[in-house]
Amino acid sequence: MNHLRGVYTIWYRDILRFWHDKMRMIGSITFPLLFLFVFGSGLSARMGVLGPGIDFTQFIFPGIIGMTVLMSSFMAGVSVVWDREFGFLKEVLVAPISRASVAVGKTLGAATVALLQGMLILLFAPLIGISLSAWTVLALVPLMLLLAASLGSLGILLATRIRSMEAFQAVMQMLMFPMVFLSGAFFPLEGLPAWMNILVKINPATYGIAPIRQVILGTAPGASYSINLLGHTMSLWDNIIVLAAFGIIMVVLAMWSFGNQE
Amino acid sequence: MLARREMTDYIIRVENLVKRFGELVAVDDISFNVVRGEIFGFLGPNGAGKTTTINILCTLSKPTSGRATIDGLDVVRQQSQVRRSIGLVFQDPSLDERLSGLQNLRFHALVYSVPASVREQRIEQLLRMVELWDKRNSQVRTYSGGMKRRLELARGLLHHPKVLFLDEPTLGLDPQTRNRMWEYILELQQREETTIFLTTHYMDEAEKADRIAIIDYGKLVAIDTPEGLKKIVGKDIISVKTDDNDRAAEEIRLRYQIEARRDGDELIFEVANGEEFLPTFIKEFGTKILSVSLHRPSLDDAFLKLTGREIRQEEVSDEFKAMVRQHGRRMRR
Repeated sequence: MNHLRGVYTIWYRDILRFWHDKMRMIGSITFPLLFLFVFGSGLSARMGVLGPGIDFTQFIFPGIIGMTVLMSSFMAGVSVVWDREFGFLKEVLVAPISRASVAVGKTLGAATVALLQGMLILLFAPLIGISLSAWTVLALVPLMLLLAASLGSLGILLATRIRSMEAFQAVMQMLMFPMVFLSGAFFPLEGLPAWMNILVKINPATYGIAPIRQVILGTAPGASYSINLLGHTMSLWDNIIVLAAFGIIMVVLAMWSFGNQE
Repeated sequence: MLARREMTDYIIRVENLVKRFGELVAVDDISFNVVRGEIFGFLGPNGAGKTTTINILCTLSKPTSGRATIDGLDVVRQQSQVRRSIGLVFQDPSLDERLSGLQNLRFHALVYSVPASVREQRIEQLLRMVELWDKRNSQVRTYSGGMKRRLELARGLLHHPKVLFLDEPTLGLDPQTRNRMWEYILELQQREETTIFLTTHYMDEAEKADRIAIIDYGKLVAIDTPEGLKKIVGKDIISVKTDDNDRAAEEIRLRYQIEARRDGDELIFEVANGEEFLPTFIKEFGTKILSVSLHRPSLDDAFLKLTGREIRQEEVSDEFKAMVRQHGRRMRR
């Protein structure tokens, strides 16, 4: 009960702050939309067909959603560093709620905000010729939440260990862009150079973006966007299991690390 | 139960508390008790171990050894309950600047499980007390320094803590705001019987304490009432200027058997009770007096004598540090 209250309060504050800051919402989807329309329109004609009746813009659309969710949730750690810098973290740390519940509340807050942003991008699907059923949208919600919670708790874990804003932002940049670029968000994961293939396969984001694509574009066998891991073609559920395992480890580490701060 | 009544009712008990950071011993085996309902001043030069001690009492830091209890609850083993019984006003702001004053208090009320039935009423009462009710819906970042501190005070009281920790509560505030803050604090202390644990660099604030502990180099060097501490320094000092200091010195020697010493064009001597001594001295004295002044030992003097350092120097450097912290926040090397 005590834990639930802590989780809820921390989550609620994040939502409240996000609501206060509507510019952030617009700002956060501008970059992905630019990617989608500028890159998509620019390259679509040259790239040809990337799957049964799927052009380049349609191919990167799920990747853009994944990128939006990933970047938004991963940046959740910033708010922890920010709170430390501006003192509010002390109010939280001295409150009669468990530190673990603070970490969980933060993760859920980040995931909720990321989900909202992902949903906003989804609204643009009809513009690029993708029709989504209500069923598809419903199936995407838990997938986006899972990706957001996994990356969000990684961000929070890092924030508990890195004290200065500058260092934290540097680490974020160092991790975030490779994670986005090496996730298969923008190109099919076939015939990659060996070094790149390894990086793609150990990147947790790969397993977050693949199921989003599988749900939006369908799971036709042999489609150019399936992942082949150690000779095994990953199904929707295979991807979810890998991501969930990573997510659980990250959440537990974030809870533990949050509790160990002085 | 009866037997316990007769004993002094201590709300904070600190026994042989030690905190080491590697080689450095920040808190070196200190023990003291705080009586329920009193204002307890905790003074010391910077780096003496004040903040470390407070952090241990507030469960933000674990002691290396020794033990501390608040209202019978162990600060290490019963963290959650201890946190519920204490309120804090830190020297650095700890508000969410992006939320309104009202939202900051609601957050606090939720986290401290203030019952929903009294929450709104209590928030309104406190915001009115610190005169922020009209600004309740403005984001905190638009508040002035004094308003933020008042909001923190209101927040610290919201869950009716048994002990309120005030760590330099008025540092950097203008005198008017400081006075208002103290009105609220004293009103509260009387009405709710809240125990107040105070650190400050302002000696006039320390004077408000019922008892004062002075800590230096991690050790407790004195614990007494403000009056008791002043007595450590010595007697009252009288400085007198006359038209003939040689004759005056002779007269003082004969009349009171006191040896006055010369300091520039003044004569200085000590008496036990200056306020009663002065009127008769002026009436009876044969040599013509040009000016006379009485200096009673202050807490400053006591502090200086006990720690070898003046508290005021510390105050300046502390404010300077706060300033640097504020300005340097976004542009660290």
